[in-house]
Amino acid sequence: MSSEEKRSWVYLVVGVGVAAVYLVTVLSKLPGADVTRIAYVRPMLVAIGAGIGLGIVASIAAAIASPRGEAGRTDERDRQIHRRGEYVGFYVMSVAATVPLALAMAEAAHFWIANALYLAFVLAMVASSTTKIVSYRRGF
Amino acid sequence: MVKPTKVTNSIRALRFAHGEMKQAELADRVGVTRQTIIAIEQGRYSPSLEMAFRIARVFNVPLDDVFQYPDTDA
Repeated sequence: MSSEEKRSWVYLVVGVGVAAVYLVTVLSKLPGADVTRIAYVRPMLVAIGAGIGLGIVASIAAAIASPRGEAGRTDERDRQIHRRGEYVGFYVMSVAATVPLALAMAEAAHFWIANALYLAFVLAMVASSTTKIVSYRRGF
Repeated sequence: MVKPTKVTNSIRALRFAHGEMKQAELADRVGVTRQTIIAIEQGRYSPSLEMAFRIARVFNVPLDDVFQYPDTDA
């Protein structure tokens, strides 16, 4: 597995894992609660920070575990796959971002707008990483 | 599984004909990752023209001896 493919796996696993923990933490407070009183800001900032931090740490760990001379090496195939993944991620983000936009226009609670935007980021990351992994494994 | 490219190649045979060259050595000489050489050999990736020329140059053969493209759509 090339270092870039490992990095895609790391971002997918860390991103989905952190988002799952965040959603369980916040959604568990949702039933019967007034959303304007749910403290979501701190958990969301922690989730975003943890996603970035764990992604960097896991990428470094994957690079250290790579065979000698292969860590960090990239070529034109890696760059093509990266572009392809980012392209798909951009379109998913563009479509998913219409939800918080509509919520803002409807003057929904900040809770829903912020969480819809966070979900859009997660969906875009999942789409981008999945596209890269499929491209690495199946070819293109 | 349908292969993503119709381009076929003889890299594996050429490696064996050149002293059983390892994929890692070919990758080093072409300047790509070992995984890219594996993907090309398995028909999962069609390299750029420039990379194709670099591979042919390692084996000191014309491009046609390394890569083939079928005449029919079949």
